[in-house]
Amino acid sequence: MDFFKTKVLSNQKISSDIFVINVPNHYDKILPGQFFMLKSWDDHLPLFRPISVYNVENDLISFMYRIVGSGTANLANLKKGNPIEILGPLGNGFPVGQENGTIALVGGGVGIPPLFETAKQLKKMGNIVHVFLGYKDELFGFEEFENIADAIFIACENGSEGYKGYITDIFDPKIYNAVFTCGPEVMMYKVRDKCSQLNIPSWLSMEKHMACGVGACLVCNCDTIHGTKRACKDGPVFLGSDIL
Amino acid sequence: MNRLETTINGVKFKNPVIAASGCFGFGREYNELYDVSILGGISSKGLTLEPRQGNKGMRVWETPSGMLNSVGLQNPGVPKFIADELPWMEKLGNVIIANLGGSLIEDYLNGIMLLNETNVDFIELNISCPNVKTGGMALGIKNDIAFEAVKLAKNVSKKPLMVKLSPNAENIVEMAKACEEAGADSLSLVNTFKGMAVDVKNRKPVFNNVYAGLSGAAIKPLALRMVHEVSKNVAIPVIGLGGIYSVEDIIEFIMVGASAVQIGTVNFSHPTIAPSLIKGLEDYCINENINNIMEIKGII
Repeated sequence: MDFFKTKVLSNQKISSDIFVINVPNHYDKILPGQFFMLKSWDDHLPLFRPISVYNVENDLISFMYRIVGSGTANLANLKKGNPIEILGPLGNGFPVGQENGTIALVGGGVGIPPLFETAKQLKKMGNIVHVFLGYKDELFGFEEFENIADAIFIACENGSEGYKGYITDIFDPKIYNAVFTCGPEVMMYKVRDKCSQLNIPSWLSMEKHMACGVGACLVCNCDTIHGTKRACKDGPVFLGSDIL
Repeated sequence: MNRLETTINGVKFKNPVIAASGCFGFGREYNELYDVSILGGISSKGLTLEPRQGNKGMRVWETPSGMLNSVGLQNPGVPKFIADELPWMEKLGNVIIANLGGSLIEDYLNGIMLLNETNVDFIELNISCPNVKTGGMALGIKNDIAFEAVKLAKNVSKKPLMVKLSPNAENIVEMAKACEEAGADSLSLVNTFKGMAVDVKNRKPVFNNVYAGLSGAAIKPLALRMVHEVSKNVAIPVIGLGGIYSVEDIIEFIMVGASAVQIGTVNFSHPTIAPSLIKGLEDYCINENINNIMEIKGII
């Protein structure tokens, strides 16, 4: 982990409110499912925004994010060469290397991007990877999975593409050795519950509001069977059966 | 020449910059970013006698130039602090302040007795946490309740007792005087201001406890005023905090009477700011031809 003041390499709009920002990579190791704290504004907005890693290349790190408030709106305005502050890599990441075999990745909305780097790393280690992607209306970021995943399933709530409804409607965990999921809590809990019934391990990436990002301030609380845990330091990825 | 040295209750700080309680854990996390032993001191995460899991639901909300928090004193408890965190903090060599809160006065006193037998340099008595429904807040608001609590704490404490005041006190100057009279060795102020945020979409308060504590640059002018008022009315040392973001902010707090300062929320937006604040203070002294920063203490 370090705190790095750098410059934006590119920042591209890929759908009506989804962007991909690239920054230089000077890190030895970034694990899939880890995140960075990003900030490109002065102290009127005092907090960084935690954004999960979407893609890692030798010379760059990509983050895919949605405009949801003033921080991400500021990020969306950045141009090539603009200054940006990044703190990371943070958190534990998905247990790639620990879980092996046929792995399902279940993503919803902006929970989908961290599954891309995860799929890449899982494939590098020889696993079979099936990807389940759930959208509300507009699709984004699914084409990149086509060259990597062994199967892709898409659900869209408005029926514009793939199955009409929730991704959890069509997700059946029974053929998988493990399931990694990231997205709305209600979706992840449904995935977790389906896995629990079949004794299949599920790993959930919890999204919480954060302040420090490093484990000092204790505001990103996750209730687990082991007590209150920090999403930023003890997570963001937790074993589904540990989450209350 | 040590331009930044300051002494409070006989304890020497190598510089007046202290990490504030609740914003710095026990120092381990920020030590991954820089050597935290350069700080004058570290005030621990708010401790209670027994471990606490803290508040449920949302705990943080960003506001213009500030943030609301509702952590609710999540901590490992005093015994676990002494066993697991203190040995590490002792190795740093800077001043260790054990911040102690609670709901029951007995818990405060038992916590102090355990800390008496350790190498902590100060006990910072948190009589002002806005995020615990019983205890803390009433203590911090009513002068007579604070007086009794501080008096009992002072009777058992073998360590210098720094009492952390709430800006939500009915009258901050009278509160400070009551704590001084009860035996407080020093005062730190201010804790967070009681605030609120509304989740408009769901038509309910953001926080389960409804109210939460406001910190950050937004509160600095209010905190500065309170440190000024209190410093003029007590003889014991005052440690200033509340929205410090720059070297100039620190100098302002010292000029209005602070013997040291604490930095809290700023660590979240500027995680490596402490070393530059300390260097900036040193540069200020050199440029202003000041032998020791305390020469400007209370000049306003």
